[in-house]
Amino acid sequence: MSGSDQGKGSDVLDAQDRARFEQLVLPHLDAAFNLARWLLKSRADCEDVAQEAMLRAYRFFRGFHGGDARAWLLQIVRNTCYTWLEKNRPVELMTEFDEELHPQPSTSPEALAIAGDNRERLSRALETLPPRFREVLVLRELEGCSYKEIAAITAIPIGTVMSALARARQRLQRALTHSSPQEASREL
Amino acid sequence: MSCDFTRTVLHGYLDGELDAAGAAEFESHLESCRECTTALGAEESLRSSLQRSGLYENAPVALRKKIRAGLDAATASPAALRIPAWRWLAVAAAILLVGSISWFAWWRPARDSASTAPFTAAEIIDAHVRSLQPGHLTDVASTDNHTVKPWFDGKLAFVPPVKNFADEGFQLVGGRLDVLGGQNVAALVYSRRKHIINVFVLPTKEPDTPIHPPGLRQGYQWRHWRRQGMEYCAISDVSDSDLYELAQLLYQ
Repeated sequence: MSGSDQGKGSDVLDAQDRARFEQLVLPHLDAAFNLARWLLKSRADCEDVAQEAMLRAYRFFRGFHGGDARAWLLQIVRNTCYTWLEKNRPVELMTEFDEELHPQPSTSPEALAIAGDNRERLSRALETLPPRFREVLVLRELEGCSYKEIAAITAIPIGTVMSALARARQRLQRALTHSSPQEASREL
Repeated sequence: MSCDFTRTVLHGYLDGELDAAGAAEFESHLESCRECTTALGAEESLRSSLQRSGLYENAPVALRKKIRAGLDAATASPAALRIPAWRWLAVAAAILLVGSISWFAWWRPARDSASTAPFTAAEIIDAHVRSLQPGHLTDVASTDNHTVKPWFDGKLAFVPPVKNFADEGFQLVGGRLDVLGGQNVAALVYSRRKHIINVFVLPTKEPDTPIHPPGLRQGYQWRHWRRQGMEYCAISDVSDSDLYELAQLLYQ
């Protein structure tokens, strides 16, 4: 799952590679699209980037030696997204991942349930998070990835996946309840 | 507010990533820590909101098609590696010739007189759509060709060749009796990544023909050929390249 797995994309791929790719990698197109959609926050851009990532994966396919095809593909999708963000929206990447979090009182489950019940509000709250928080949440809650897979995809050490998720969830709770002051005031 | 577990172990517990000892330790901590209990409730509520929200977005069909086209373009055809560029004209002409002959052979009878064609495009599509309705797909459901093949014994006046191509990505799902153009036919059912492919088989006295160019209507594609006294028609909503791949496997 390291960078070397992606290998060199210089080989000419034949019909057999095509069939294998179709069987192993293409079934994960939805996962690729969903990750790109949430990293880029725009459907139009993410179609282009998902397509680019898929073709890139194909060029690197000879370097894939079995294992978790979804994680392998999502790693490429993520890298393609970040390259795109660096070029087109560098400001978004400037938030430090390890920023200090101010301890805050836990939000009550009831307040969160009310705030989280609204798809629009949930979607907006998720989009306000910095990409590095957003991606761990999307991978864990929408894609159902294990910590090991998240570590492989996002290139963060497996030991820090748990704290990354803790921070991301806290940010999301805050974004959710801040966008609805009346609900937030009901907590405690 | 001061419990360290709230911001660390609680999440490993929530995600089922703690080992048995770690989980037991956290559970006993939960009994005495009100903060963690509240926080866990909040996290569970948030998780269920996220998972029920329908925020997951699937790839549009158009994107899938674009990607397939891109993959095709990046794949070398065996011919392209050997044949010098100047010969492409001759190859193209030959393909055109064969294509138009097949087109006439297959389409003219269907249009002019139904008597020479065993079935029409509309009949194939109807039979395929009918098979997709609940409970209609298979009379014998098995991924084992040695179960499906004997099932046809005595039910038809011919023995359809039954093969499983699971290794090639076409899983045999089962078989069924069907009627096409007033004749009893065998229907072999394959699945390709959740898509169903019906292959209709019936005997013929016509000589072998190659796999004809695809027919397309109402979003369904079909491929037709004759081989060793059997008439075949494979139909599905999968891409034509998938359908052609299966046709080639069956043709061998």
